[in-house]
Amino acid sequence: MGKIIKYVFYDIVRNKIVLAYTAFLLLLTIGLFSLGGNPDKAVLSLLNLVLLTVPLISIVFATTHFYNSYEFIELLVAQPIHRRKIFMSEYLGVACSLAGAFVLGVGMPLLLLGASVTGLYLLLTGVLITFIFVGMAFLASVITRDKAKGIGVALLLWFYFALIYDGIVLFILYSFSDYPLETPTLVLTALNPIDLARIIVLLNMDISALMGYTGALYKSILGSLWGISLAFGLMVVWILVPVLSSRRIFSRRDL
Amino acid sequence: MITIENLHKSYGKLSVLKDVSVHFEAGRVISVIGPNGSGKTTMSKCILGMVLPDGGDIKMNGQSILKQYAYRSQIGYMPQIGRYPENMKIRQVISMIRDIRKDAQQIDEELIGLYGLPEMYDKRMGSLSGGTKQKVSAALAFLFNPQVLILDEPTAGLDPVSAEILKAKILKEKKKGKLILITSHIMSEIEEVADEVMCLMDGQLKFHQTISALKAHTQEERLSRAIAKMMNQED
Repeated sequence: MGKIIKYVFYDIVRNKIVLAYTAFLLLLTIGLFSLGGNPDKAVLSLLNLVLLTVPLISIVFATTHFYNSYEFIELLVAQPIHRRKIFMSEYLGVACSLAGAFVLGVGMPLLLLGASVTGLYLLLTGVLITFIFVGMAFLASVITRDKAKGIGVALLLWFYFALIYDGIVLFILYSFSDYPLETPTLVLTALNPIDLARIIVLLNMDISALMGYTGALYKSILGSLWGISLAFGLMVVWILVPVLSSRRIFSRRDL
Repeated sequence: MITIENLHKSYGKLSVLKDVSVHFEAGRVISVIGPNGSGKTTMSKCILGMVLPDGGDIKMNGQSILKQYAYRSQIGYMPQIGRYPENMKIRQVISMIRDIRKDAQQIDEELIGLYGLPEMYDKRMGSLSGGTKQKVSAALAFLFNPQVLILDEPTAGLDPVSAEILKAKILKEKKKGKLILITSHIMSEIEEVADEVMCLMDGQLKFHQTISALKAHTQEERLSRAIAKMMNQED
């Protein structure tokens, strides 16, 4: 498996997109920190930008990469290698290189310019978000054979989780505002990894006090070690579900 | 060496293989023929595990190969149209496969030398002509000295000299007791290298006989006529 990952890595490093992605994150982070103000504010702006761009770039890059490595995959399936191994090598190769780009691009300046616990949480959730959206990209790629369709599905997934979902949540909160909604909002949050990531980071900032009653409830649940572990656990579930189901589909389909 | 039992495969509503049962012995060259779209490539891909059959079984040396993968170390495959990562060089493709198959005990680099691939090692796969890609595919298929070779229209894109080299190699490997499956449409080529002919028509096995039995059966001197006679026969 290590050997195949090596060749996937090799292929990704040569196509310069990941390098450009690293440079983009680096510029973004340094730029936001040098705008002045306290580092907490910079982390907050960074969080909003990261939660929009990281899923988008992860899902689009991983989908195109999967379709472009079709020849490579075809070459390998005729060799005595388990299909699951080929799939997991592809997944880990893509996810680890994107996560590496994120850690380099955001983590390095964070450490140099003022590392806080919040910054660390941002880093960790960013890596998890990368793994989640690469997983979703692979799911989109194994269910359709057509490249254009696959990228379309991937973009729709991003659109749903990054933009539409919040609209739906707001709509629900607004329509049922007469009812106690604390538990439903918690559940709704768990159903979107981006929201989950946002809340994990926000609750470690002082501004969570501004989030009203629900914020207080979140703080009381997620502020504890148990709650944070639960939130991270949910994110791991968000990685495992798409990855394992796409691995299953991949090992049972014709090539 | 390879036994196929009641193999079924359909793509959606299109039934490609219908109840194919056949047995191949080691030390033979078997030519798989049939009209376009009769299921030849699908059958070879089923043996390779690239296409998963809907029903039936494939056995190699008595053991089912379905959902297995280790058996593929014993199979060399040359696809009809070799597709390779475009931005890799010939050298990188060959060294990558060798790296992945490090446990292979015997390496057979004869075809790499005969085809003069080392002189082209630094060319990118994407810039190669169809024939050169075929040469790389052939070299890779024979590289690990496998017991079974599956060659899908191997000489289709090759120039006459390269095709001769490949045919000589096929006969040489046959003498070592290997099983070689070739799909081909070129009758003269089949007559030169094959011992047996297996014919698929509309996903069903039409006949599977040795060339001499085929000729005797149809009382024809030329293989192409014999095969045409057999194919047109109603059963």
